[in-house]
Amino acid sequence: MKELSLNILDIAQNSIHAEATLVEILLAEDADALTITIKDNGKGMSAEFLASVTDPFSTTRKTRKVGMGLPLLKLAAEQTGGTMTIESCERALCPDSHGTAVTAVFCKTHLDFTPLGDVISTVVSLIQGAPDVDFVFRHTKPDRTVELDTRAMREVLGEDVPLSDPAVLMWAREALEEQYAQ
Amino acid sequence: MKSLEELAKIRERMQSKVVLREGTNTTRIVVGMATCGIAAGARPVLNALVEEVANRNLNDHVAVTQTGCIGMCRYEPIVEVFENDKERVTYVKVTPEMAREIVEKHIVGGKPVVEYTIGAVDAK
Repeated sequence: MKELSLNILDIAQNSIHAEATLVEILLAEDADALTITIKDNGKGMSAEFLASVTDPFSTTRKTRKVGMGLPLLKLAAEQTGGTMTIESCERALCPDSHGTAVTAVFCKTHLDFTPLGDVISTVVSLIQGAPDVDFVFRHTKPDRTVELDTRAMREVLGEDVPLSDPAVLMWAREALEEQYAQ
Repeated sequence: MKSLEELAKIRERMQSKVVLREGTNTTRIVVGMATCGIAAGARPVLNALVEEVANRNLNDHVAVTQTGCIGMCRYEPIVEVFENDKERVTYVKVTPEMAREIVEKHIVGGKPVVEYTIGAVDAK
């Protein structure tokens, strides 16, 4: 992947696939480190699947027997001296707190750090593809916090206007652009 | 930050049209957005399609949607066009520029861009 924002898009698709109703994308950044957390309230993974999930030959996909999403993120983090960890709990075991959280820590000053890239397009693409899922995006930097919460948008839009409406997507894109530009 | 009132205005503008929109989509443009598609450049292709469809005011009858792995990773980014009563058209190795051309010539003009389809690329 050329940008970490593409890894984020890819991993968040897993959350949608896991029937999450809320996906949180949290970026915390200081001068040296970037921590990316993708947290969902989806169906979670069994302990057995969790143990094997960063193995490329472990996937839920039926079209083929490899899944590269998590291995690619893990590689991107570890090649900077960082780490990737996954916590997950299934519905049966955690009826009130089921879901999965993937956390990747990157050392930004490392030569092999992949730039974050166009994270706004990632957020907009996710909303476009899964307008019934709620997304919280929060990017905390030393000088600012950039935020978007589709639950607040949905409250204003009501049930009549889908979040995938082009005018709504444009609003979301501009809302994020404005916050980054300030 | 952009105000939520602007969203409320979008809602007001949309409400009159909503009834007409439901169930009227007759064309679906589907973009493969699994790991392979994303790595090959599907995100800008998706955004170009969404933009082009919106700019041409085609949203009443054209829906842009995402799908997982189509099973032909070496051909990604893949875009498939499904029209009522017509055979599906599969475009491969699509760029944002090609995506805009597909909207113009195929969706609006009614003629698939044959040279971008899997059949043409495979024959090379």
